[in-house]
Amino acid sequence: MAISGIEIYKMLPKTNCKDCGFPTCMAFALKLAAKQVELSACPHVSEEAKAQLAASSEPPVRLITLESDGHKLEVGNEVVLFRHEKTFYNKPGFFFLVKDSEEPAAITARVKEIDAFAVNYVGIDLTVDGFAVKSEGEGAALAAAVEAVRAGTKRPLILIGDDPQVLSAGLGKLDGEKTLIATATPENWEAMTDLAVAHKASLVVTAGSLDELAELTPKIKEKGLPNLVLDPQVSNFNDGVVKNTILRRMALAKNFRPFGFPIIAYPYKAGVPEVEIALATQAITKYAGFIVLENFAPETFYGLLVLRENIYTDPQKPIQVQPGVYEINQPSPEAPVMVTTNFSITYFSVANEIESSGLPGFLLVADAEGMSVLTAWAAGNFDAEQIAKDVKRFGVEEKISHKSIILPGHVAVLSGELEEELPGWEIKVGPREAVDLPAYLKQVA
Amino acid sequence: MALELPKDKWSGSVQEVVIGATAADGGTRTAAVTVGGETTMPFVHFEAETPNRPVLALEIKDFRPNDWSTLLLDVWGEATNDPGAWAKAAEEAGADLLLLSLSLTDPEGNPNTPEAAVKAAKAVLEGSGLPLMVYGPGQAEVDNELLVPVANACQGERIVLGICEDKNYRTLVATAMANGHLVVGRAPMDVNLSKQLNILIKDAGLPLDRVLMDPTTGALGYGIEYGFSVMERLRLAALRGDAMTQSPMSVNVGFETWKTKESKVGDDVPETWGDWEERAISWETITAITLIEAGADIVILRHPESLKRVRAAIDNLITAPELS
Ligand code: B12
Ligand code: SF4
Repeated sequence: MAISGIEIYKMLPKTNCKDCGFPTCMAFALKLAAKQVELSACPHVSEEAKAQLAASSEPPVRLITLESDGHKLEVGNEVVLFRHEKTFYNKPGFFFLVKDSEEPAAITARVKEIDAFAVNYVGIDLTVDGFAVKSEGEGAALAAAVEAVRAGTKRPLILIGDDPQVLSAGLGKLDGEKTLIATATPENWEAMTDLAVAHKASLVVTAGSLDELAELTPKIKEKGLPNLVLDPQVSNFNDGVVKNTILRRMALAKNFRPFGFPIIAYPYKAGVPEVEIALATQAITKYAGFIVLENFAPETFYGLLVLRENIYTDPQKPIQVQPGVYEINQPSPEAPVMVTTNFSITYFSVANEIESSGLPGFLLVADAEGMSVLTAWAAGNFDAEQIAKDVKRFGVEEKISHKSIILPGHVAVLSGELEEELPGWEIKVGPREAVDLPAYLKQVA
Repeated sequence: MALELPKDKWSGSVQEVVIGATAADGGTRTAAVTVGGETTMPFVHFEAETPNRPVLALEIKDFRPNDWSTLLLDVWGEATNDPGAWAKAAEEAGADLLLLSLSLTDPEGNPNTPEAAVKAAKAVLEGSGLPLMVYGPGQAEVDNELLVPVANACQGERIVLGICEDKNYRTLVATAMANGHLVVGRAPMDVNLSKQLNILIKDAGLPLDRVLMDPTTGALGYGIEYGFSVMERLRLAALRGDAMTQSPMSVNVGFETWKTKESKVGDDVPETWGDWEERAISWETITAITLIEAGADIVILRHPESLKRVRAAIDNLITAPELS
């Protein structure tokens, strides 16, 4: 939890010696609270205060980084329970499960397919983040499976097993990477911790109850491993909400350090594809940092990727595109001009339709403060005046040989006013939904 | 548990609302549905029990719709030609209640009439014993013209009339009062606007145990995050004791998701979108579960398979887990 300037001040020497470059200890404390300076700038602070301040300046949910050749995933660092309070920062990573009992060739093929999957949503290519390799036998089998996975992907890995020696065989194939290993328990935690430390890996920790979990993580931390991930052993929807809420609330609201780590969810354990998707949906909305899936199907994974994107957008900043004139399918001066807003979802729904129609066109993206057509219209950011202004500002007239413009069907009411704002122009009203644009364009072309 | 659980202390609760009347209460429904009554954020069982489960409605139309996806028309088949048969099929598919949404025109394109609307509502009440919601086509004057006779014809059934908006709530509220019905009010994704609308409805004379609130939502990929957050904020406000935000929340997930391209269109879409039918069902299911996690009390759906999947999640969500 953030610590106030006053609280920091109480721990400083209060001599106002200025060695830190600030006129008073109080001034320095305020800068420190705002994270604009480092504590080390004050040479006189006591060891005790240092330790205290370091502990309180730790993020409430630790940042965990996985890294492999060319890929990096950061999870954690969350500061709010509800996204409207600020935003959720680091999207949970999606990992697909591979078992080392499968044929290596089959593993490579499956991993390749999933690794290559990229679906475009509002101009962003959404992909999987990595793979989880589950040990079901000896170390040699795990090592072979890891090699088979590495033949199909460079993305970060999670290794799952309960025998440190077996896991060690798998980790041996992943030198120089930052992986996540699972799972440390009250029984095996010492050897698991040693293994994680030796391989610079992060470690998933679990226990039979949240009480025991709270006892276990400080022990592991004390043994020198701060990079932990919590597995609260969620088995269904009801305990998913309850356990993840307890963990996240205690970390954020109570600054309870033993739970100050990201959470891993295993929807794949449901064993049924539909339930797996539903549990993953819950995991995205309720605080999971890593989500392990098994059934890969583009049609369902697409939905989960989009949900994650949506829940983790900053509520203060709608995703926007640059206003301006976009030329689609190499339009000539005779090509039609359409107008829309600069909300990303709106822009891409329309631009994709024009593009896939194969017909050329100009898309004037008006500056509507990043709002959808109707929202912007209702808020007064997408009216005849604004459209006319942007027609002039972006030099639409110079690009075309005609004087006509197509409005979105939802704002047909604007056509009268726009005629007044753009004298001599023909104002046409297009369909309401972008899906119907290709048919409409064929008809007007 | 030895850990002290991080319980929040709330002073308010969501209003409990009963939809539908059985014979004992002067109606003909086989069972009534109770929603609301929560005293915690969604399913935080360690603070308090969740008294009533979120309920699932299936939407049916008075005429076979010409703008619905063929996936939906195929799965409901012949029943779409007859609201009574459709109601029966929806009940058999496991709905807790039904939404009859009235069309603006008949299949020939002529304006819908009060007679036809009443006939459809009667057919639905005969076809199924489930509690009923009836929505107009969404144009103020037409809504009033169709819904008032429907409200009269369904007197005593405790149906939900919708949708009340700030400029168009008086007539619906008046007819709900006269006939013992309920209303649902909808404001565009804004806590204060939802509050204001509830104040207007209450001032017009309808007690709050007969008011539902639709905070408006967007589908997955089309604004769901705004719906999610406004619902969380409304529930927080309700728990903090703000009476005008304590109405149970109803969201029309079927309507929103089935107008997205992902659900509507099977051909000429990117290959990475995969199988159409499963994608459409997932779109509806993911949207529904996300909003249930944010506090939805009534979720309106269109596809029976989505209903089955969401119901399975609710069945589990509603029971308190064992924490060792
Ligand atoms: C998300 C949302 C918001 C978000 C804003 C998101 C954003 N960045 O724009 C928030 C919560 C902030 C918001 C606020 C408001 N909203 Co709002 N909002 C919505 C919601 C749920 C979805 C909008 C959306 O994203 N749609 C998806 C995009 C892709 O749709 P679209 O831009 O229209 O584009 C489609 C078509 O128009 C077409 N198209 C687009 N361009 C073109 C171009 C051509 C040429 C053609 C042919 C077609 C075409 O293609 C697209 C896909 O089919 C809708 C209700 C709903 N479910 O639709 C209400 C809605 C738009 N909001 C509404 C209102 C009133 C408001 C507020 C004014 C309320 C208020 N007073 O606070 C505010 C205004 C903002 C402000 N004052 O700051 C009303 C508008 C009512 C009306 N008919 O005028 C709606 C319809 C809700 C309702 N039923 O009352 N809103
Ligand atoms: S260097 Fe330390 S003791 Fe000196 S003024 Fe700065 S904060 Fe105070």
